Amino acid sequence: MFEIDWNILLPSLVVAGLVLVVLCVDIIRPDNKGGVSGYLSLLGVGVAIWVSLSLWGRSPTHGLGGMLFLDNYALFFNLIILAGTGLTIFVSTGFLEREEGGRSEYYLLILAATLGMMLMAAGADLIVIFLGIELMSIALYILVGFFRRRTDSNEGSMKYLLLGAFATGFLLYGIALVYGSTGTTNLREIELAVAQGRVYTHPMLLGGVALLIVGFAFKVSAVPFHMWAPDVYQGAPTAITGFMSAGPKAAAFAAFFRVMVASLGDLSGDWSGAIWMLAALTMTVGNLGALSQRNIKRMLAYSSVAHAGYVLVALVAANERGIAGGVFYLLAYAFMNIGAFAVIVALGRKGDENLEISGYAGVGFRHPGIGLAMTLFMVSLAGLPPTAGFFGKFQIFSAAVEAGYIWLTVIGVLNSLVSVYFYLGVVVSMYMRQPVGQAHAVSMTPFARVALLTASLGTLYIGLAPTSLLQMARQTVSALL
Amino acid sequence: MDYALESLIKIAIVLGVIITTVAYVVLAERKVSAYIQNRLGPNRVGPWGLLQPLADGLKFILKEDVIPNHVNKAIYLIAPAAILVPALMGFAVVPFGDTLMVVGREVQLIISDADIGVLYILAVSSLGVYGVVLGGWASNNKYALMGGVRASAQMISYELSLGLSLIGVLMIAESLKLSDVVNLQATGTVLGVLPAWFVFNQPIACLVFMVSVFAETNRLPFDLPEAEQELVAGYHAEYSSMKFAMFFMAEYAHMITASALIATLFFGGWHLPGVDPTDSSFALSVLKVLVFAVKTAFFLFVFIWVRWTVPRFRYDQVMRLGWKYLLPLALLNVLLTGLYLTLNR
Amino acid sequence: METAVFYVLATIAVASAVLLVLFRNPVYSALSLVATLFAVAGLFVLLNAYFLAAVQIIVYAGAVMVLFLFVIMLLNLGHSEALESTVGRYRLTGVIFLCALLVAQLTAVGTRQLRGPVAENEALRTENVQTLGKLLYTDFLFPFEVASIILLVALIGVVVLVKRETPETT
Repeated sequence: MFEIDWNILLPSLVVAGLVLVVLCVDIIRPDNKGGVSGYLSLLGVGVAIWVSLSLWGRSPTHGLGGMLFLDNYALFFNLIILAGTGLTIFVSTGFLEREEGGRSEYYLLILAATLGMMLMAAGADLIVIFLGIELMSIALYILVGFFRRRTDSNEGSMKYLLLGAFATGFLLYGIALVYGSTGTTNLREIELAVAQGRVYTHPMLLGGVALLIVGFAFKVSAVPFHMWAPDVYQGAPTAITGFMSAGPKAAAFAAFFRVMVASLGDLSGDWSGAIWMLAALTMTVGNLGALSQRNIKRMLAYSSVAHAGYVLVALVAANERGIAGGVFYLLAYAFMNIGAFAVIVALGRKGDENLEISGYAGVGFRHPGIGLAMTLFMVSLAGLPPTAGFFGKFQIFSAAVEAGYIWLTVIGVLNSLVSVYFYLGVVVSMYMRQPVGQAHAVSMTPFARVALLTASLGTLYIGLAPTSLLQMARQTVSALL
Repeated sequence: MDYALESLIKIAIVLGVIITTVAYVVLAERKVSAYIQNRLGPNRVGPWGLLQPLADGLKFILKEDVIPNHVNKAIYLIAPAAILVPALMGFAVVPFGDTLMVVGREVQLIISDADIGVLYILAVSSLGVYGVVLGGWASNNKYALMGGVRASAQMISYELSLGLSLIGVLMIAESLKLSDVVNLQATGTVLGVLPAWFVFNQPIACLVFMVSVFAETNRLPFDLPEAEQELVAGYHAEYSSMKFAMFFMAEYAHMITASALIATLFFGGWHLPGVDPTDSSFALSVLKVLVFAVKTAFFLFVFIWVRWTVPRFRYDQVMRLGWKYLLPLALLNVLLTGLYLTLNR
Repeated sequence: METAVFYVLATIAVASAVLLVLFRNPVYSALSLVATLFAVAGLFVLLNAYFLAAVQIIVYAGAVMVLFLFVIMLLNLGHSEALESTVGRYRLTGVIFLCALLVAQLTAVGTRQLRGPVAENEALRTENVQTLGKLLYTDFLFPFEVASIILLVALIGVVVLVKRETPETT
């Protein structure tokens, strides 16, 4: 009969249960009175983190008809995703109150997206990965358009939906071709089929791999499939923009890495060139695009494109150090980026989100705490020591050198230099420009303070004492190689 | 080859019977409505007006066939066929009898005993809406368009309860074959006295199915797509002559298929209580066909009866009934059936 | 016989898919998509995948495409010059991509016999529905359940996007 190993299911089961609980609570207490849904979601995310941590370090298994993995790799990504979700919920409580009445569907959708991401990280079958992507994407399409009365929110949602559906098509066609040539959608069996040469029509398999790459490249917003990112990031509610740039990106990379390295690793000679191009283009276009942006959300959108490029470098290297570095970098990126968005949320007011970078003039003196935090995040995003961003980038680039990709490393380092200009532009604006107009009070809820503090401390901690986390990241690699 | 020939003959017979029945159901409708309204109804052509359908048919064929200038011609022409064909197709999987010995061959009295019979019915019935929608759109007339829009919303809404109501039946029958469904009803009893018809096993499903079928056939009280008082005649307002007749025939063909389905799925098909279902002598086989015909005729009468007794719903009432009452009811039925099956395993 | 039917259905499927793109009138495009779906359903029947064929018609032809038509009719998208001007710019890119895909596909077909590596499952041939049902509730139980969550989330999302706001929150 069909045995279910509940341990494998446990982390996703907690989040899935949470989705249903929030749904039912909304029936009993409609319209999120007293913010119950927010508290509940936080509690549940905490439980899920605890579960993931307690499962850490077991020998890797898979189950449910070979559909899900339980290994350190999946668990580490669970931590990244859940941390992103938790921080976003912290940021959101006050934000929603201010902007558009906190409806509990908001939390429900965030949790559903989180479930989707966790399935992407743990999926052992292309079908599960695909379903995870869809679950995450559908929830995100709606979250982006959550502010129904704002045209930019609607526009972002629409663009995201259309291009996302397009990407889904590529991905599905890729899966179909891989299935057609190997006869299975199971990742381990694909690996076996490729290794033993049980592949019908090699060109078909390569076509499938190419389409898979296109599909994933859309989801991680790699150039030339990044067109949606700036508009969507700008239109989405700010808290959601932060959420999108952390968890979903990490989850897409989780699935991308697992499919490419674990299943199709034997074909790396065929695909690494393509990823090389993608990585180089993504870093360059992302950073150059960010240079000319005046709107801080748009700037961070291009920056997130650029960061996808850095992580792609890790995929090109595809060695132990590279993968560990990529995984580690995604964790660091979650903290520093959500932190940056928390600052943006804090500096906005109802009806005036204050998104122009020039509007940040003088923030450093008027609100020293916030200014300091923002400086930390910008420095970390630029990759300067002693922050999380520096250490992650260092890992990735040294892995690329180790694997012999000198030119790619050079491109990456040059790009990092370019990025210093626009990240520090924000800091310059905060500290060295005369403030224009009247100062307005910044009202942060205790929750938002906690979020900002956690993100700052996380960024600092990862930068200053990376050893233990890097050790954990190294332990994930065995699942892939 | 024999099989193909046999199928062709069966198809020809069934189509012939349905088309003839359509003509006489129209007459029956007029007669029954007359009695309900204390009138006489058609009584001039032939004895008791029995030749009236012939006269009607002749009239439709001879009338001027107007194709208005403002219509989208291609789709305007496709629409009548698109509505008539699915109405007739549904009958392909309905067993209209058990088996019959004809010239030494045992013939199964069903055109195709497909593995997916019930799904096939749902698929075909979901296609019926195209004729209405396309006819309404191609007519390029606001009333027709309104009718088309109403039809598509209504039929999609009720398709859900239609499909869900059948799940309870399928859970008990454990097969999608309609012949299996009928055979199951022909054996055993419910509560020791009643025949094992699904109307007694699955009363909720039967109710939901019947109401949904009324909505799917666009019959009163669900005839909003053609509501005369509001929309002139709805989606077929711009059609004349034989093309109008095709819409008209489609409605009645749909009714016949629907009645046959109600009889098959919930009232035992050809099964008559007290008759040994395994006995396949010639006389009994013919009797079974007759039993099926009588059951179908009864439900046709119900269709007509309801039309001349119940007033039309308002549009929001139709939607509320479909989504807020029938759909949960159908889901409840699935749940109850599941519970029952689990407890009685 | 089977081969002949296959080629007829395949031709219909491809031809109507091409027409779908070429038609200017969205209603025609939608109808050609319906034709494609029917032809594909026919191909499924040829492969003895009756269940899939029926579901394809119920879900796509019977529900999704009807809603498409519904929206096209409601918005009265009879004439769409606005669409053309933006589409035109990308036509060349589209053609290049299509040719590339075609070449890839042809090489794939041309290099080997087109036969799947999967051993033919006899049970699927004879007891299609039962076998499929068992697979769905055993090996593929997990994806099946996840799919139900996706549908739930999509449902909630639609409600979020269109629900009338209560006066207090505005």
